[in-house]
Amino acid sequence: MLEIKDLHAGSEDTEIIKGISLTVNKGEIHAIMGPNGSGKSTLSKILAGHHEYEVSSGSVTYNGKNLLDLEPEERALEGIFLGFQYPVEIPGVNNAEFLRMAYNAKRLHKGEDEVDPLDFDEILDEKMKMVEMDHKYKARFLNEGFSGGEKKKNEILQMAILEPKLAVLDETDSGLDIDALRIVANGVNNLINENNALILITHYQRLLDYIKPDYVHVLSKGKIIKSGDKGLALELEAQGYDWLTTTTN
Amino acid sequence: MNIQTQSKPQATLDDVLTDKSEYKYGFTTDVDSDIFRKGLDEDVIRALSEKKNEPKFMLDFRLKAYKKWLTMKSPTWPHVHYPPIDFQGISYYAAPKPKKKLESLDEVDPEILRTFDKLGIPLDEQKRLSNVAVDAVFDSVSVATTHKKKLMEHGIIFCSISEAVHEYPELVEEYLGSVVPIGDNFYAALNSAVFTDGSFVYIPPDTISPMELSTYFRINTEETGQFERTLIICAENSYVSYLEGCTAPQFDTNQLHAAVVELVTLDNAEIKYSTVQNWYAGDRETGKGGIYNFVTKRGKCLGKKSKISWTQVETGSAITWKYPSCILQGDQSVGEFYSVALTNGLMQADTGTKMIHIGKDTKSSIISKGISADKSSNAYRGLVKVNKGASNARNYSQCDSMLVGDQCSAHTFPYIESANSSANLEHEASTSKISEDQLFYFQSRGISRENAISAVINGFCKEVFKQLPMEFAVEAEKLLTLKLEDSVG
Ligand SMILES: Nc1ncnc2c1ncn2[C@@H]1O[C@H](COP(=O)(O)OP(=O)(O)O)[C@@H](O)[C@H]1O
Ligand SMILES: [Mg+2]
Repeated sequence: MLEIKDLHAGSEDTEIIKGISLTVNKGEIHAIMGPNGSGKSTLSKILAGHHEYEVSSGSVTYNGKNLLDLEPEERALEGIFLGFQYPVEIPGVNNAEFLRMAYNAKRLHKGEDEVDPLDFDEILDEKMKMVEMDHKYKARFLNEGFSGGEKKKNEILQMAILEPKLAVLDETDSGLDIDALRIVANGVNNLINENNALILITHYQRLLDYIKPDYVHVLSKGKIIKSGDKGLALELEAQGYDWLTTTTN
Repeated sequence: MNIQTQSKPQATLDDVLTDKSEYKYGFTTDVDSDIFRKGLDEDVIRALSEKKNEPKFMLDFRLKAYKKWLTMKSPTWPHVHYPPIDFQGISYYAAPKPKKKLESLDEVDPEILRTFDKLGIPLDEQKRLSNVAVDAVFDSVSVATTHKKKLMEHGIIFCSISEAVHEYPELVEEYLGSVVPIGDNFYAALNSAVFTDGSFVYIPPDTISPMELSTYFRINTEETGQFERTLIICAENSYVSYLEGCTAPQFDTNQLHAAVVELVTLDNAEIKYSTVQNWYAGDRETGKGGIYNFVTKRGKCLGKKSKISWTQVETGSAITWKYPSCILQGDQSVGEFYSVALTNGLMQADTGTKMIHIGKDTKSSIISKGISADKSSNAYRGLVKVNKGASNARNYSQCDSMLVGDQCSAHTFPYIESANSSANLEHEASTSKISEDQLFYFQSRGISRENAISAVINGFCKEVFKQLPMEFAVEAEKLLTLKLEDSVG
């Protein structure tokens, strides 16, 4: 589904991603872990097509297409979803209306008719139940004044509405208390199946107690320095990243 | 009389259209026009008045204004900068030929009809907007007014002001200059001396206008000024909604647009006046060319319980200097001002309103949304004044600014003068930013950049847009999105 080959990328003069290769197949869950500043968020934004970053070499293929040729909205319409580490606040834009815009953009792309606000409201109710989100968030402005946990739930709500083929969740677990973590993790578990894939970026092993990855990769200074199975996450939890970073340097 | 007229060669439509202009209305129309030599003096004014075959009261009005104007200086207090205007370098009269009175639209130069068609304002009988009556002003002259007959059946007068001067001189004489006095300000005085045309509306008592009335202004000729004059009188228990749209071709020189609009409401009457202004703003990078939009708009709520509501969406002009205001003279009268002002490139806008509370229990509200992008400068300037006798006056003001990029500026100058302690005045203000990250958020959900910008802008301008008639609101939204697409970054 996704094949990243020797990707080098950065912003202006600074290279942040320094040669990453990663293959993700249908039905797989990959966890990417690593210390702060190692380039996890940058990688996720490059996959989503943020204009701030430039790819200097390497390639990214997604379902046989050159992903880097696509505009961010085209990538989304092709089934890529990025759950942001820091979702941006958008005052003046109604949350439910935003969600309907996104839902309808997808429907139009698939050649289906747009849904009106009433029909969408039913769809939304069902999805909100799944992430245990209160109805009052429908009428709020998009992310404005949401707590950290509410923002993350709103991200998963969007994932539930868009049903992506490849979801990249950037530290969706950080800032969540244990109840919220359980709710969010259950939501994600409900959404993953044989036909889609998930890249889970996290700092902590605790999320992996809920969502079981098939592979774990450790990212440091813009490179994947180790890959393994779930056991690697436990090792990291016990020993920190230092033993890895020092041995490779 | 020593004023000669000259015909001026102009670029053809096709010449201009092949130009890769981003301003979609930046074409000129090739019509033979009748232009006065440049410059202003008493002779020019007399010639102008004579050309229009005006009654004596009009010539007196003009000459008085001209004498007043000579003693005045252009205002320096607005937050805008421009080189001094050479008032002798402007021609004060330009009219498409032939100048004979038009009996029907069939006699309008087909080139002009095509122009308005291209602007989305069809004037010919088949295509004309069914629920909107249009007065089309081309350079300084009203070329066509639609739906006149139908309006007349309701006793509604909708015609060019030149026509009104001849057909309804008593109304014109009574109300012209009654809201904006001749010497009100430099540009109003100039307008009073030299205005060539504009629209006139009279709604008789107990009449709800069956359709929207609108004027569409088009400046076509280079080096002319446009000085139009609009007068709307709404008698007891009546209502009218009036729309105004403006565009101009693209020239490297600046053109002066100094209009005066006067509104009068009698007891229980209401006027709703909406503007979507998209004059050419000059070159986005160099600032060369563009319209100087120095306009005086004022309404007087003369009667009790009457209401005047201004809604404006200002998106063009190199410089805008404009404060649609309300004089709340009748007891319990209401004034409203809803404004979206967008500046980009090197545009400068200083706009806002004045609410003058004179009667008892008068109410006003001000909702101003300023959007500045690129290197532009956008200022809100508003005065809420409560006179001594205006007991229980209430005002609510809200001024929000949105910045796009970090080279633009936004300023807010709210002034309050209250001479009555029973007044209840509230003011709120905010500043926000539209960022690349916000747009990326939309895009990452499959929503195009264009739709993202329009969602954010609509959210910001919602309270103003909902005041506009439906089709206008849609146009306004599109216009703002179009203008901002390249600015967010
Ligand atoms: N737009 C940018 N311009 C310059 N440096 C950046 C930019 N974005 C991220 N960085 C730098 O790249 C590095 C990786 O950042 P990030 O991807 O956010 O790390 P992580 O998500 O792993 O904590 C950091 O040193 C960060 O400061
Ligand atoms: Mg990060």
